[in-house]
Amino acid sequence: MENLIALLVAAPLLGAAVLLCGGRRLDRTGHWIGTLLAVASFAVGVLLFTDMLGKDAEHRALHQALFSWIPVEGFQADVAFQLDQLSMTFVLLITGVGSLIHIYSIGYMEHDERRRRFFGYLNLFLAAMLLLVIADNYLLLYVGWEGVGLASYLLIGFWQHKPSAATAAKKAFLVNRVGDMGLSIAIMLMFTTFGTFAFGPVLESVGDTGEGKLTAIGLMLLLAACGKSAQVPLQSWLGDAMEGPTPVSALIHAATMVTAGVYLITRSGAIFNAAPDAQLAVVIVGAVTLIFGAIVGCAKDDIKKALAGSTMSQIGYMILAAGLGPIGYAFAIMHLVTHGFFKAGLFLGAGSVMHGMNDEVDMRKYGGLRKYMPVTFVTFGLGYLAIIGFPGLSGFWSKDKIIEAAFAYDDGIRGWIFGGVALLGAGITAFYMTRVMIMTFFGEKRWQPDESGNEPHPHESPKSMTIPMIVLAFGSVFAGGLFSLNESFVKWLEPVTQFEHPHPVISVPAITASTVVVLLLGAGLAYLMYGRKPVPVTAPRGSLLTRAARRDLLQDDFNHVVLVRGGEHLTRSLVYVDHTVVDGVVNGTAAGFGGLSGRLRKLQNGFARSYAVSMFGGTAILIAATLLMRAV
Amino acid sequence: MSFPLLTATAAVPAIGAIVTAAVPAARRTAAKWLALFFSLVTLVLAVLIGVRFAPGGDRYQLTESHSWIADFGVRYELGVDGIGVALIGLTALLIPFVLLAGWHDADPQETGSKRWRPTQGFFALILMVEAMVILSFEATDVFLFYILFEAMLIPMYFLIGGFGDRAHAGSDEKAAAQRSYAAVKFLLYNLVGGLIMLAAVIGLYVVAGNFSLQEIAAARASGELQMATSTERWLFLGFFFAFAVKAPLWPLHTWLPNAMGEATAPVAVLITAVVDKVGTFAMLRFCLQLFPEASKWATPAILVLALISIVYGALLAVGQRDIKRLVAYASISHFGFIIMGIFAMTSQGQSGATLYMVNHGVSTAALMLVAGFLISRRGSRLIADYGGVQKVAPVLAGTFLVGSLATLSLPGLAPFVSEFLVLVGTFARYPAIGIIATFGIVLAALYSLVLYQRTMTGPVKPEVSAMPDLKVRELVVVAPLIALLIFLGVYPKPVTDLVNPAVGHTLSDVHEKDPKPEVEAAK
Repeated sequence: MENLIALLVAAPLLGAAVLLCGGRRLDRTGHWIGTLLAVASFAVGVLLFTDMLGKDAEHRALHQALFSWIPVEGFQADVAFQLDQLSMTFVLLITGVGSLIHIYSIGYMEHDERRRRFFGYLNLFLAAMLLLVIADNYLLLYVGWEGVGLASYLLIGFWQHKPSAATAAKKAFLVNRVGDMGLSIAIMLMFTTFGTFAFGPVLESVGDTGEGKLTAIGLMLLLAACGKSAQVPLQSWLGDAMEGPTPVSALIHAATMVTAGVYLITRSGAIFNAAPDAQLAVVIVGAVTLIFGAIVGCAKDDIKKALAGSTMSQIGYMILAAGLGPIGYAFAIMHLVTHGFFKAGLFLGAGSVMHGMNDEVDMRKYGGLRKYMPVTFVTFGLGYLAIIGFPGLSGFWSKDKIIEAAFAYDDGIRGWIFGGVALLGAGITAFYMTRVMIMTFFGEKRWQPDESGNEPHPHESPKSMTIPMIVLAFGSVFAGGLFSLNESFVKWLEPVTQFEHPHPVISVPAITASTVVVLLLGAGLAYLMYGRKPVPVTAPRGSLLTRAARRDLLQDDFNHVVLVRGGEHLTRSLVYVDHTVVDGVVNGTAAGFGGLSGRLRKLQNGFARSYAVSMFGGTAILIAATLLMRAV
Repeated sequence: MSFPLLTATAAVPAIGAIVTAAVPAARRTAAKWLALFFSLVTLVLAVLIGVRFAPGGDRYQLTESHSWIADFGVRYELGVDGIGVALIGLTALLIPFVLLAGWHDADPQETGSKRWRPTQGFFALILMVEAMVILSFEATDVFLFYILFEAMLIPMYFLIGGFGDRAHAGSDEKAAAQRSYAAVKFLLYNLVGGLIMLAAVIGLYVVAGNFSLQEIAAARASGELQMATSTERWLFLGFFFAFAVKAPLWPLHTWLPNAMGEATAPVAVLITAVVDKVGTFAMLRFCLQLFPEASKWATPAILVLALISIVYGALLAVGQRDIKRLVAYASISHFGFIIMGIFAMTSQGQSGATLYMVNHGVSTAALMLVAGFLISRRGSRLIADYGGVQKVAPVLAGTFLVGSLATLSLPGLAPFVSEFLVLVGTFARYPAIGIIATFGIVLAALYSLVLYQRTMTGPVKPEVSAMPDLKVRELVVVAPLIALLIFLGVYPKPVTDLVNPAVGHTLSDVHEKDPKPEVEAAK
């Protein structure tokens, strides 16, 4: 069985290679090849999963060693895979949702002349993401980690002729590189501390070193997670990443890649468990981001950017849960999976809306679409109910557990703070999602003909697009409940992540009740603001907070002034310094020895050749003299 | 006596150079094919060296030794260790691609050039450089090495000064003047370095009484040959200075952007991917082996200079407006990594540095040669003159992207392996320096992706709208390089197996052991 693990990666990798090198002759079949290989990878995943279920909980992990990758004295990096319950969960999510999104893209990208290449990139993404979650050491994980970054770069910038897309792609890669520094340094610290960076040996020997080292490693891993998972302070790229085609936003920038940070922290649980300070930092980052993303989500009129804010916020929940230790890991992953279903579904729904609305993304120009797109409306609506945590649906089960665990951070004030933040986030979530729902599907139609007189004619999308939405809607409704039956999900992950029951500072029924109350308050407020009166087509000026939130709470402005402008000045002045000072000083010093600069100046007058010849003459004489010495 | 494989590997391109130069002026194409043929024979011989070399065997293998200048004890003494084998392989591998990429670079221009058989000369000079570089990787006699180190400047000078990039702004006269300036600057910098080295070579002879690397190193190791601390330091500095100019190390780097900017793209590759490697190679072989104590004494200063090179080179690359100068500054940053890895004095650092020399050669060749194809189409080196090339020439853009990704050390491609080894090897002994160097990976992403964005993406500029995609000859150049970047990124073991034992020897020369991991050290 373990020999099949490599196939998970090999199938989509083959697809990427064939599609990207195959040339135009594959234009007509490329999307089928890509989809087939994605589904093949999913089939292998299911096969491995059923096999795993047949074994008892402690003996489910599989290992496959392929070859020695970088053998250098004292340094051992292998290409080897590890498939345990945590990896398996990701494999099914990635290949499952991934296959659905391949199918959806067949219809969505139908009119794009570069569709073959799009599927090549999607396959490349699957291969890299699978490598990330089945690697058995941090360095190989790093390969997958940057591989998904590359796929994300290529897909955000897929419509390269748009300068905004090219800029967004570059920004995403660069911000992620800052996070990658963290991963690099973490691996280097592991190497100097443990002499290895394979998961098994590192996580087992955590007890042999001091807390200081572990805290440092933990913080560096957190930096990496912040980049990939768009957490404050490295969150600024995610909103811009919506420049990519919408299936990409669904697969990469909502369901899978952006959750890699949660995987990294959960996988490194043993390190964080032994480093409470690092854990606290994780929880704070998660708490800050979940509010930050939610506020941004409230102000955006672009449907995809509103959903991007929401993604940031939901991943904030997961990061917060992962920072709580054994009481939170399982719930972080559970929310990750349910979020994968409903957020992918919401994005595909948004894509379906755009598809019917001539690629319009401004929700102020939607309105009343439920009549024109019934399937999209129902599936999107179920995703909406799931994400706000409507009792019984997926989000309710997973998010509620995180709120409980947050209240159990400790017995004192911190438990109240983090629990309160998580609860508040639930309210804001209900607010911004209700706003999206109302502005898109309810009220009167607000679209108008554009300058050339083209009026959108909203219509339902083709089957290849609606079927994946329906499948994901099923997941949004039932997954959470299914996972919570007998705590089956928690028990499934327990051998890998450990599990302790949280003991919140207030009773569980009270938390559940307040969650529902907060939810109703948020949704009700949104109804009052957007459902009771017509939505203006042009955005009102808004309060100071709204205006700041529209600009992503001014982080881009900060980056622009400090990093971009500052950097430009720095490099420009360095170029000047290099031309004048460094060059000048070195030439000048040399001139002191041999009149070099005077001669250099002569060159401009055309003495170059003669000068060079004289230099060669000198060298030749030198060599000749040496040879002559031999004769003497 | 067995077949002198090492001599043959250097002799074949040298003979090729003479034969190519002798081809009559009218038979230009024949000369090109001849040159390519000789470079391929050289490649076969280089592969043979790799096959015959036994990693884990004697330190120097396939040795040859003949008396040359008996009165001075100068010998024609050759031998290779794993590092030499890897670099000979790199050189022999790259030259055919350099020749192919420069196939039309020296064709007579329509205006009618008065140059004496420029095409034959161009190809012959490249082969001549190849011969000298290969021999310098083989020389184990210090004097022989010095002669080669200096002599390779001559063909390089003519390649830079005589065959400039045809894409230039301004008049032909102005371009010629700039080219001459670049060529002479290259020559003067390297000659000054060489002269200082000559003094050190003579000094070494005075102290040691002969020029044999192996004999001197053995005498140093056994304690037979003692050097006063100050003597050792002065000699070390003399050698190191020459190598640091060639490598080049900040602040001795300013000749490189001029030379790479003005030369044709294949010659630029020859400079940075092949010739400059002699500098870093010689640091490993001569500085560390002959002057171990002085090397350790100078380590802190050299590491700081290397660190400055890394960050400074990358920042300047960001600020460039000329594509080829950008690649030059990126190379300066990469040479900083190589030198840092050498002087980190750890197995990972030095194996990584050696691997870095090979990988940097391949990745720079890929990026620079594609850049050359791009530049020859539009007739401009300025980044701002491009835009939207991806739309009209997708294969060219795709290969350019792979080259850029290799330059920024994307995991999965060869340069990542070596860069990470250098970083981890440095971090193990000097954590602060290792951490600052990691900023290099962010800056590398910045200059690489900005270059790609400005040239390849966005709306198609009218001037590039009719740009043809890569031709077959150009694909033949680029595709194998890209395949090699992927292969060495996934499976670098063939090279590391070669290099590891040699690095072990070098580390024992300087009496250094790898720092033990904290957990193990505690036990």
